[in-house]
Amino acid sequence: MTRKQKTEVAVFWSFRLMAAAVVGILAWILGFLIIKGAGVVSWEFFTEMPSDGMTSGGILSAIVGTLCLTVGSIIFAFPIGVMSGIYTTEYAPNNFVVKFIRVMTNNLSGIPSIIFGLFGMTLFVNTLGFGDSILAGSLTLGLLALPIVIRTTEEALKAIPDMYRNGSRALGATKLQTIRKVILPMAMPNIVTGLILAVGRVSGETAPILFTVAAYFLPSLPTSIFDQVMALPYHLYVLATSGTDLEASRPMAYGTALVLIIIVLIINISATLLRGYFGKKLK
Amino acid sequence: MNIITAKDVNFYYGDFHAIKGVSIEIEKNTVTAFIGPSGCGKSTFLRLINRMNDLIDGSRLTGEITVEGENIYRKGINVDMLRAKVGMVFQKPNPFPKSIFENVAYGLRIAGVRDRVYIEETVENSLRGAALWDEVKDKLKKSAFELSGGQQQRLCIARALAVKPRIILMDEPASALDPLSTSKIEDLIYSLKNDYTIVIVTHNMQQAARVSDKTAFFYLGELIEYDDTRKMFTKPQKEATQNYITGRFG
Repeated sequence: MTRKQKTEVAVFWSFRLMAAAVVGILAWILGFLIIKGAGVVSWEFFTEMPSDGMTSGGILSAIVGTLCLTVGSIIFAFPIGVMSGIYTTEYAPNNFVVKFIRVMTNNLSGIPSIIFGLFGMTLFVNTLGFGDSILAGSLTLGLLALPIVIRTTEEALKAIPDMYRNGSRALGATKLQTIRKVILPMAMPNIVTGLILAVGRVSGETAPILFTVAAYFLPSLPTSIFDQVMALPYHLYVLATSGTDLEASRPMAYGTALVLIIIVLIINISATLLRGYFGKKLK
Repeated sequence: MNIITAKDVNFYYGDFHAIKGVSIEIEKNTVTAFIGPSGCGKSTFLRLINRMNDLIDGSRLTGEITVEGENIYRKGINVDMLRAKVGMVFQKPNPFPKSIFENVAYGLRIAGVRDRVYIEETVENSLRGAALWDEVKDKLKKSAFELSGGQQQRLCIARALAVKPRIILMDEPASALDPLSTSKIEDLIYSLKNDYTIVIVTHNMQQAARVSDKTAFFYLGELIEYDDTRKMFTKPQKEATQNYITGRFG
């Protein structure tokens, strides 16, 4: 082998190793959780409330709470995020104001999630008087998801070549008709993917729900959007740091972590599947 | 009768003076070819006729363009209605990611037409008008993306025909196509002039000579010469026209 070829081989092997390391780390985390947590995961774990000071029983109320918060945050973030994304890419002139909005959107996504929690507590819980509730928690998580949804909407719209816009406008379609009937359907796969990734992120957040909705222990299911709920990430935090009997609740903590990570995985896989489905429908 | 008239039209992209004092009259039911080297303003001028240049930020126009006697740049004109009347076919085929049928029906649906029978009839007639019906009549529900490039371009022509325009603007409609598809498009242009007025931008001299009744030669934003195609290609009056047509530059 010449020196050039040797370098080639060495460089590509190091790339390969790095890529393998990424998969390896994920596999490690998953394996660790499965070994430690699979023992407590049973049908009852999904269907029963926590009991005996959270050292036995299940995590039903936390699963339901997380689902409520996730769905709630989408209901807020999706329309607002998609509409602002459409505005900044399709309508707004490319001037200072729009650039400013864009920079601010990026900054918003860089804000630590605990700050969102504090903000949510001040605005939604206290000022607007929603109290510790699903509503306040969903709004706070929605704020967190918003920049991701706006960003992906913008990227998805920008990826559609102008020839489709021109083709539609040249037939007498208005801007709105063009967006609704041609551009949005084409951009939808990417928008939905971004949305689901945002949901995956949101469902695992602890800090934003800490002061806005999460209950330490609440063995009942919510009946309205003004109820408090337990949530998986916070439940995990409680089990690991401030339960009644930390040694006894440790397996429950690993089980909760396993369920949380499986839910996030399912969300991400469904993003991929939905994307394929929308993509096929277009052709 | 003149269907399009332009009087002393100047057009700017920001500071760039793209069209310089162009006046032209285009007769009904004729094919007019715009020729000239790249960047000469022929495509820009074409897009002024259906106001597609409006979509570009910072553009500005002086002078007057009328379509069927109406000043299309006067205040308060409905630009979307104008574009339904002045159809356009682009350089690259740009069918929508919808079925063949829905592509042709698109213009009707956005115009608010609900009558199913009328839509079906119009789709068939438009596809026949674009010489595509026989090739697609059994797969109207299939995606437009399954068609070949040449078929896609004829689909785009059918799509433009469906909204019953008076004028069809074509911006190098065959430049992305193979020779066989190109000749089909040219035959089509020839047959369409009975019902429509066609303005075509082309880089291809032979194409201009084959399909058009009149030819306009643009150079550096100006209309240098405009005459019957036969005369333009045999006895051009201006030296620049002669040089361009004989391939000495451009």
